[in-house]
Amino acid sequence: MVEFKLTKEQLLAQQMFKDFAETEIKPIARDMDETEEFSMDLLEKMKKFGIMGIPYSKEYGGEGADVLTYTLCMEEMSKVDASTGITISVHTSLCCSCINDFASEEQKQKFLRPLVDGSKVGCFGLTEPGAGTDASGVKTSAVLDGDHYVLNGQKVFTTNSGFADTFIIFAMTDKSAGTRGMSAFIVDRNTPGLEVSKNIPRMGIRAASNCEVALVDVRVPKENVIAGEGKGYKIAMSALAGGRIGIGAQSVGIAQGALDEAIKYVKERKQFGKPISKFQNTQFLIAELQVKIDAARLMVWRAAKAKDDHENYAPLAASCKLFASDVAVEVTRAAVQLLGGYGYSREYPVERMYRDAKITEIYEGTSEAMKMIVGGGLLR
Amino acid sequence: MKIVVCAKQVPDTTEVKLDPKTNTLIRDGVPSIINPDDKAGIEAALQLKEKCPGSTVTVVSMGPPQADVALREALAMGCDDAVLVSDRAFGGADTWATSSTIAAAIKKLDFDVIITGRQAIDGDTAQVGPQIAEHLGIPQVSYVEDLNVEGEDTLIVQRQFEDRHQIIEVKTPCLITALAELADPRYMTVHGAFDAYREKEVKVWGLADLEDTIDQANIGLKGSPTRVKKSFTKQAKGAGTILKDLSADEAVASIVGKLQEKHII
Amino acid sequence: MSRDVYVFAEQRDGELQKVGIELVGKARELADDLGQQVAAVLLGSGVKDKAQELIACGADKVVVVDDVMLKEYVTEPYTKALTAVINAKDPEIVLYGASSIGRDLAPRVSARIHTGLTADCTALEIDEETKLLMMTRPAFGGNIMATIVCEDFRPQMATVRPGVMKALESDASRSGEVEEFKVEFSAADMNVKVRETVKTAHKSVDITEAKILVSGGRGIGSADKFKMLEELADVMEGEVSSSRACVDSGWISADRQVGQTGKTVRPELYLACGISGAIQHAAGMENSEFIVAINRDEDAPIFDIADLGIVGDLNTIVPKLTEAVKALKAK
Repeated sequence: MVEFKLTKEQLLAQQMFKDFAETEIKPIARDMDETEEFSMDLLEKMKKFGIMGIPYSKEYGGEGADVLTYTLCMEEMSKVDASTGITISVHTSLCCSCINDFASEEQKQKFLRPLVDGSKVGCFGLTEPGAGTDASGVKTSAVLDGDHYVLNGQKVFTTNSGFADTFIIFAMTDKSAGTRGMSAFIVDRNTPGLEVSKNIPRMGIRAASNCEVALVDVRVPKENVIAGEGKGYKIAMSALAGGRIGIGAQSVGIAQGALDEAIKYVKERKQFGKPISKFQNTQFLIAELQVKIDAARLMVWRAAKAKDDHENYAPLAASCKLFASDVAVEVTRAAVQLLGGYGYSREYPVERMYRDAKITEIYEGTSEAMKMIVGGGLLR
Repeated sequence: MKIVVCAKQVPDTTEVKLDPKTNTLIRDGVPSIINPDDKAGIEAALQLKEKCPGSTVTVVSMGPPQADVALREALAMGCDDAVLVSDRAFGGADTWATSSTIAAAIKKLDFDVIITGRQAIDGDTAQVGPQIAEHLGIPQVSYVEDLNVEGEDTLIVQRQFEDRHQIIEVKTPCLITALAELADPRYMTVHGAFDAYREKEVKVWGLADLEDTIDQANIGLKGSPTRVKKSFTKQAKGAGTILKDLSADEAVASIVGKLQEKHII
Repeated sequence: MSRDVYVFAEQRDGELQKVGIELVGKARELADDLGQQVAAVLLGSGVKDKAQELIACGADKVVVVDDVMLKEYVTEPYTKALTAVINAKDPEIVLYGASSIGRDLAPRVSARIHTGLTADCTALEIDEETKLLMMTRPAFGGNIMATIVCEDFRPQMATVRPGVMKALESDASRSGEVEEFKVEFSAADMNVKVRETVKTAHKSVDITEAKILVSGGRGIGSADKFKMLEELADVMEGEVSSSRACVDSGWISADRQVGQTGKTVRPELYLACGISGAIQHAAGMENSEFIVAINRDEDAPIFDIADLGIVGDLNTIVPKLTEAVKALKAK
């Protein structure tokens, strides 16, 4: 057993994330939620200070840090705004990892570098109206025509698509081959035929960009296929497995952010002649919630460390996401309750956190899908 | 241009609270930060470096070994080198002894410009900057809110007063003290945080390292002309009259009555 | 043998600054306790005629260095002049206003003549036994007070924030000695060049000068409520001030901020409206002569320092108070 301590580098980076989140994001989080629009000014600052390339090598213009540091970023950002968390996560864990982990050296220099050095933002187009948890239901097609593939189809809930520059699009190059007929394409936003429609109205993470993407005769150069035809499903599953560590960290952040708000509130709020923090019910509840958050955080760190050490992290990532997302929903629900009427009001951030928490049980694999992975592994 | 910037690690005094029962300071859990004016000074130094290619920024701090992390933060923001002036012999120093110690360290560095913050939030004295300048025998401009370079060796600074400002031309070497308004500090970058430990170094200079530039009579508690005789928490003034559950008219009547009684109106 | 209490009497454009006059008043008290004299040091160009004012306010002696080099404040010529006076006169104590000039000059002088300096004192007194100057100042962001002494070096030096000490009533019948002191300057002493001096265009209201302050805090709820406070301040011939929270929220300009990071005020009346009275705020106003607090929260710490506290809604009380004062003044 090695120690349960962050390194000095990680602690310093964590301090930077905290400063950034408190100063740049917290003051605008409510407004971004109300207007359902992510601040482009904030996005530029995130790019500038290296928040969009954390676990990627300096060789490609990244920050040269590790996955664990990336989870610290996800937690701190999500403490104040889960929408910012998912924006970073989809770019980093889903889009960039597809290229970093599977693309050729030439592709990395061309496509990964601008994504991790803060020039461009990426998104990940797998989900379709008919393909959710069962990603094998992808209908988008890619047909070779000379030096180009021609893509046709429809993607939905594509996070970051409203402003992303680089799209990873999963499409079927051979419909008869099932998942082995799926391929991953790097598609530039400005390619004719790629249409991003309006943001889909949602319950939570309302500041994130989650649009429908239509592909009509989109011509993608042959050299933009990652790892050759037929590798798409494997790439998508790998990216999602890693992404779950980020979502676990996001869940921990949402939960801790809500609990911190509740702790502050119960110390100030007086009822029956004393601060409600003096009631044992409050103390017990706060203790239970913090213990669960701590457990979730350790599970996230364990999965991140496994990924950093190139171990088999996928089941650990699924476990941490399953548990942490559950904790996020539980803690935010309790936080609203602790704040009572004020918690339900939009003057306080906990109702937003409660709405935001729910998605963590759904995206990048539902809790049921996580149980399939964890349970399936145990019962093999 | 060789730029030296002085920074102090301080407790975030806005987080310090009094224990209402014992009337003592609660220091536990109070985060340590880079003094805000000094952080503006670091930013100004980094901007100066960007304006004058080939410049270097060396950050100097005097403090206990734990101040290392403040210097790492400065390195992560983009400073090139860091020196921690640290020795038990330097402990208990007042501003006079502090400034002579820091000046002794700076004498061992090459410098054209020294930037310090105007004052530190734990002491609010605003003395160490001007005193360093005097110990080094160079001009100072304090309360600087704007800074530009002209030619090779001239700074054009805007110096703030309560009722005016001056545009001042000063030749290097010189020292300026930075107001928070001078520059809005940048964040560390993530790779900066890693490089601060992996690629860069915090040099620690003790008394032995400063032997040839320091007068041992002028350091630490013994070298301090002033000393703290006592410290105490402020006692609240005797209880006044507190009125509640009265109508607005009654409230107004009681205020007006009291003010007339005191001949205020 | 060191003797006498000296005050750096700051002037700007030939006008004596209030803080210098306040310090002469304090120096009078200290000198009387020591059985010594009060001397003011006046540096400038064509300022000699101001010496009488200092005498009227309590100085026994005024040392004037009148030189064109001292026309405008520049660190080195002022340091040279004051150091020369100190070296020649060997004072027991030297006091400076903690203004942007005093806080630039005093540390430079202290380093040059090798003596201690205590910044931003809020209380100065002579210890009965040791006859040392006890210099008390806030530290740790106003959370604690520390009393500082300077035993082995002379002069004992301190800066004092404007508004903390009380000036004596000016008495034109007082007499004193005016000494012209010559300092040899060289061109090299002007080691920086002032290209331009710009008076701050907007008339910044000096809340430290106001006798009555109507002050608003976070509890007033919004920026437009300051209008209500202004109306009250107008009828009372006072000024509006504020806590840091309102300045941070952009409701009011920073020059109106009272507190540790703002200004120290001691008006005759400080009317705190919707101010909770956190320690950082109290540090800047608790020496007010009379404090009235209106706040809805009866547990607000402002009530611990208020002379009169009203637990109630300022939105109804303040307009009625304005009317009442207006009616009273009309009589």
